[in-house]
Amino acid sequence: MIALPLASISRTDWISLAYIVTIVCFILALRFLSDPAHARKGNWIGAFGMAVAIVATFFQPGLKNIASIIIVMAIAAPIGAYAARAVKMTAMPQMVALFNGVGGGAAALISLADFHERAPAPDRLALSTSIAVVLSALIGSISFMGSLVAFAKLQELIGGRPIQYPGQQYGNLGLIAVIAGLGIAIVAGYEHLWVLVVIIVLSLAFGALFVLPIGGADMPVVIALLNAFTGVATALTGFVLHQNVLIVSGMLVGASGTLLTLMMARAMGRSVANVLFGAFGTLQVTAAEVEAAGGAVRPTTPEDVAVMLAYGQRVVIVPGYGLAVAQAQHAVRELATELEKRGVDVKYAIHPVAGRMPGHMNVLLAEANVPYDQLKEMDEINPAFDQTDVALVIGANDVTNPAARSDTSSPIYGMPILNVDHAHNVVVLKRSMNPGFAGIDNPLFVDPKTVMLFGDAKASVEKLVSAVKSV
Amino acid sequence: MSVSFLIELTVLILAAFLGVEVISKVPTLLHTPLMSGTNAIHGIVIVGAIIVAGIHGQPVWLRIVTLTAVALATGNVVGGFVVTDRMLEMFKRRKPTPTDEAEKPE
Repeated sequence: MIALPLASISRTDWISLAYIVTIVCFILALRFLSDPAHARKGNWIGAFGMAVAIVATFFQPGLKNIASIIIVMAIAAPIGAYAARAVKMTAMPQMVALFNGVGGGAAALISLADFHERAPAPDRLALSTSIAVVLSALIGSISFMGSLVAFAKLQELIGGRPIQYPGQQYGNLGLIAVIAGLGIAIVAGYEHLWVLVVIIVLSLAFGALFVLPIGGADMPVVIALLNAFTGVATALTGFVLHQNVLIVSGMLVGASGTLLTLMMARAMGRSVANVLFGAFGTLQVTAAEVEAAGGAVRPTTPEDVAVMLAYGQRVVIVPGYGLAVAQAQHAVRELATELEKRGVDVKYAIHPVAGRMPGHMNVLLAEANVPYDQLKEMDEINPAFDQTDVALVIGANDVTNPAARSDTSSPIYGMPILNVDHAHNVVVLKRSMNPGFAGIDNPLFVDPKTVMLFGDAKASVEKLVSAVKSV
Repeated sequence: MSVSFLIELTVLILAAFLGVEVISKVPTLLHTPLMSGTNAIHGIVIVGAIIVAGIHGQPVWLRIVTLTAVALATGNVVGGFVVTDRMLEMFKRRKPTPTDEAEKPE
């Protein structure tokens, strides 16, 4: 056997090699997510990579306080696991927001600790390090506080409506200007700890002020953006500590969050800037507009709908967040099973912003045992509506609003929608005739092809199941 | 600018491009698990948290700060991977029964 010159590989080299294993594992984890059949395996590969990194880090030369670190980890780990086990799938956006915040907070604290260690006197830091310290403290803090506010909104601890005060945008701009000024002071060589502490405090305030005015319906964009922020903050701590594993992993997350932010904004037909600063939720629809669209709606009975569904060939179910609120996922799954027994082809049309975070509706339906090959995304299902006998809209409103296609005066004009109105028949399950989340009236409801089934979504679907059984 | 900084910057930019490539292949079906999975991945700040918590001779307040960072990052890592696993477990393909195959028009 050839003797490898292992002695020439130092301890820090081994640690760096372990971190490369981690990076490869993370990339594979994301790669495996391209196919639902392998995604779970990918997640385990990612977890393995993380374990490798954690173990390797304990071998860092000069690492002290190992006992207290391990004790803290032993206490925090079960808490994280418990939270992850206990959370309901409808509460997943809050959970993700919370983990975003926690990661961002950790990044900010790391910058603070490193700055304290390395900047005992002014002008000691390399320019690149001081920039990274300031930015990771800033972005990490914004992400931490912004995520907590997003969490509070989604958890309904505070109202989901946008919270605004006069001159808010100027206030925020002023705040950012002060933060930037302090950051420049540090970078220019005024390396005092208190400056960084003030930056962190002001960034926390900015994080809160930044998310407070954003309405509940825009949360998918906000959560994705905060995800990107935390990723970038993590990458920046990599510059502070000179650890490539942090730079690569953080940037992968940053790229993911940025892509999702853009996708979500596109799915709403708006720019990211408009979502963040537009305070869409306050948009008032004039009474005249509502009246103009408010023609005759045709109410119907579960029995009539059951006949229509049971004798149809192709049925497309269009779920909205209202379905999840009513906890009707399992009832819908039961309805689909009944229809399939009769030879009806059932598919689900999922709009990108159907839930409260990217892909949320898919998870909610998967939890109700809906096979994922029945879940069709917008671009895939839209051409199929022309051959669809019945489109069953449950708790969805704005994402089916044809005004987004044709009415240039509509606030949601330009938003890509599910072309539900192209189906031969449309059944809308709705609690009452109130307009949707965005407060916009929907001409679909007065379309001659449309019938309305009023009532609680879960109760209505359950009635449909028993009615289909007796057809 | 130091050589190490330039290398780090190169790594950052390559990682950004790699991230966009890999993530654009993730179907919208799995965007929620993608978010929670990337959540778990940014839990890698735990490496930084352990390093700063392991610095010798910090004052008490900083000890609290760094150990808080360790606690936050640990919760982030464990919770992120567990919740992603829980979600991915739910995604199932339709069980292909013989009648099902026969009925399928495709």
